[in-house]
Amino acid sequence: MEFKIKSSPQTHLDNNLTQLMMRILYALIPALVAYVWFFGWGIVINILLAVVTALSCEALMLKLRQRPVKLFLTDGSAVVTATLLAMALPPLAPWWLTVLGVAFAIIVAKHLYGGLGFNPFNPAMVGYVMLLISFPLEMTGWSAPLSLVDYKLAFMDSISMIFTGQIASGLQLDALTMATPLDMLKAELRLEHTVAESLSSHPVFGLMGGVGWEWVNLTILAGGVWLIYKKVITWHVPVGVLGSLFIIAAVFYGIDSEHYASPLFHIMSGAAIFAAFFIATDPVTAPTTALGRVIFGAGIGILAYIIRTWGGYPEGIAFAVLLMNMVAPTIDHYYQPRVFGHRKK
Amino acid sequence: MINRILSRFHGGVHLPDRKSLTAGQPVRKAHLPDRLYLPLHQHIGASAEPVVAVGDSVLKGQMIAHACGYVSAPVHASSSGKVIAIEDHAIPHPSGASASCIVIETDGEDRWIERSGAEDYLNMDHSHLRNLIRNAGIVGLGGAGFPSFIKLNPGPDYQIDTLILNGAECEPFITCDDLLMRTHPEEIISGIKILRYALKAKHVVIAVEDNKPEAYQSLKGQLHNEDIEVVQVPTLYPVGGEKQLIQVITGKEVPHDGLPLNIGIVIQNVSTAAAVHRAVNEGTPLVSRYVTVTGGGVTQPRNLEVLFGTPVNELLEQCGGTNMAMSRLVMGGPMMGFELHQHNVPVIKTTNCILAATDHDLSPEQPMMPCIRCGSCADACPVSLLPQQLYWFARSKEFDKAQNINLFDCIECGCCSYVCPSHIPLVHYFRFSKTEIAAKEREQEKADQARARHEARQARLDREKAERAARLASKKAALAAKKARSDRASGGVSDDKKAAIKAAIERAKAKKAAKKQAGTEPEAEKNRAVSERKRAEMKAAIEQAKVKKMARKQAESGHERGVSEQKKAEMRAAIARAKAKKAEKKNDGI
Ligand code: SF4
Ligand code: SF4
Repeated sequence: MEFKIKSSPQTHLDNNLTQLMMRILYALIPALVAYVWFFGWGIVINILLAVVTALSCEALMLKLRQRPVKLFLTDGSAVVTATLLAMALPPLAPWWLTVLGVAFAIIVAKHLYGGLGFNPFNPAMVGYVMLLISFPLEMTGWSAPLSLVDYKLAFMDSISMIFTGQIASGLQLDALTMATPLDMLKAELRLEHTVAESLSSHPVFGLMGGVGWEWVNLTILAGGVWLIYKKVITWHVPVGVLGSLFIIAAVFYGIDSEHYASPLFHIMSGAAIFAAFFIATDPVTAPTTALGRVIFGAGIGILAYIIRTWGGYPEGIAFAVLLMNMVAPTIDHYYQPRVFGHRKK
Repeated sequence: MINRILSRFHGGVHLPDRKSLTAGQPVRKAHLPDRLYLPLHQHIGASAEPVVAVGDSVLKGQMIAHACGYVSAPVHASSSGKVIAIEDHAIPHPSGASASCIVIETDGEDRWIERSGAEDYLNMDHSHLRNLIRNAGIVGLGGAGFPSFIKLNPGPDYQIDTLILNGAECEPFITCDDLLMRTHPEEIISGIKILRYALKAKHVVIAVEDNKPEAYQSLKGQLHNEDIEVVQVPTLYPVGGEKQLIQVITGKEVPHDGLPLNIGIVIQNVSTAAAVHRAVNEGTPLVSRYVTVTGGGVTQPRNLEVLFGTPVNELLEQCGGTNMAMSRLVMGGPMMGFELHQHNVPVIKTTNCILAATDHDLSPEQPMMPCIRCGSCADACPVSLLPQQLYWFARSKEFDKAQNINLFDCIECGCCSYVCPSHIPLVHYFRFSKTEIAAKEREQEKADQARARHEARQARLDREKAERAARLASKKAALAAKKARSDRASGGVSDDKKAAIKAAIERAKAKKAAKKQAGTEPEAEKNRAVSERKRAEMKAAIEQAKVKKMARKQAESGHERGVSEQKKAEMRAAIARAKAKKAEKKNDGI
């Protein structure tokens, strides 16, 4: 009898990339439900649009680069990138914004850098930042929590809004959008209002962060914890990001609570939790060692706070992730574990 | 006895252990095969050398090949019969190679040589005891096959603090040590006492994985007042790895460039201890062992007591034969075992398991994807290496860099490959890199040797040349003086002179040709060519000198005879020159 010869080990854990990617998507389901509940169906349409775009671009690039199309198309990585980016975009963003961002993420940030495993920057964040810089207006037109607008936005309304920019009743996008809590706070603080004044001045602010945002963030947190439990990600990056953000916010809040928002507000509004569990944990663009990951996460938290507080953008986490992507190889270089039987250096 | 506080090692993986397939089945003696194939190399170190010839009759337990050098082990006939061949036969090796085996046709009587145990090893000289163990052919039965007596000789510089008996058996499917611990704990304990005596070890610890409570109890039950600890270690692959077990038991790390000995520890497998007992107390050399024959591919998986040299396919038959579901035949466990290319390879001293695996037993291969740097491999590595980084260097063939991040500390346990979501055969890459580096080092060594040889030769040639030149110069001077004298006496011989001039011209030509050649030849060849040419020239010069001498003689003693003599001499000189030219041409051709 003839057998194919395989080198040891002869067996393997029952896992693979597709399974890994699918778990990331499962973990997003609770957040998606909360999202739809608070902000309407727009997000679902965006995700579908993004996934179709991503798979088409992926197939095209694989073909051009002469890689096995089916094998890589089914690894799930493009779907994850698309979903993450879609979730970072305004729920009623025009269709071309989503398509452009995803295409840029897959074609430029992923494939032009060598494809899966070789991209130094997080593709979803590259797409996001490209859009933010190129189309600031569209990117900040965030739909308001449904509870805060009078209009009942139906599924078909969302579709028509995304593809035509208006709905049947003639309502314009502006009527449905509202600044995000972080945006709002920044603007208020510029007007020399105190944090407390700002927070009470507008219905967009909720108990801990922003209305709706709080719940979305809690469901994301739940999904993230499940990912850690399932060993898809480790605790190091999320703890680094949220821990550092909390600490630095607490320090400034402690010094001057009139002009600096509370640590809880920083964590519960905006994309901090989302980035901590789903974006910064992208293994390809993060360091590989435990200590390295904590440092990487801490860098993101601190940079995000700096940009939020003193920078030109209300939400700095995307920039923070990309900046830390740049130093990830350096971190890996300096924080290598001590090998068994070797003395500490 | 206080309870030992166990440490843990980094990483490791939990594996489905699948031991229940065979753990409940009693051990059976495997049938005596018609032929035994006993490889001369069943251990780490040099191959044994046959001491029998084809046609010899041998008895069971008779030494048929003796150890060759210090790190080596003898081979014994595992049954009585006749040596019918000493030839290449398939051996259990990952490469599927063949190697020299002594083939014995068994006579069915299974007759032992005369055996006698030592009366009292406690009064035995240590080196004598070690020799006894060595001559019994005992090597590490846990899988590595390192000659056991060497580990029993720590030398005067080392105090052995702890002797650890490895009964972890952490690879899935394998139960042969488990069965031995359950059925013959007395042999193991008795062997341990011998080992302890040989090592003067202060502490003795037997380590058993906590998934083998029966073996643990059985060993405990054998102990009465002996100061021997039996410890249950948590089931986590590869806790049975030498360094990992030492870390778990003692909390100490074996230095990367050292041996357990350096930290006062010796570790032996439990079945090795039993073998030591049989060798010392019964005079029985190592001729058989327990082998687990398992997997969904055989109908009746079980442990067999197998004589070394028994072909694997016979064992499969005795376990009910293989079925269609078998997709792979593996020798050893799923993590470190290797696939067998042929089914007729013999069981050897290090064979602990024959795994007739189905796709359910061992997951089939999946396509390899790019590394996503997830770090799962690094988390699983018991040595705290960075497999993804090693892989990166191995793939780009930057072996020196791989070496810098401690490639050679990799124990090839397979944890990294096992967990990699991209199904990258990491261990395969590491093994490949190690062999490449070793090959390069060997090459470098060879090149160094060659250069040293060449330089030495060159120095010798230069010296010889100088000596010859000096000799020649003095001869010439003497000759010139003599010639001047004889010329004056006889009024000169023109023929003679002509010959000398011709010779000089030839020499000049030869030199010119040599120079030309020097411009085009590679270094080494040039050197050789130069020296060969020099030799030829030298011959020509000597011939000329002879001619001149002759001429002188002739000048002194009459004309007639002298002419013919001179001609002959000239001819000889011409031939020599022609030879010199030919030699040069040959060099040109190189
Ligand atoms: S486990 Fe595989 S994919 Fe993950 S870092 Fe290691 S080699 Fe890369
Ligand atoms: S095979 Fe080598 S690199 Fe992989 S886990 Fe084992 S020791 Fe570490």
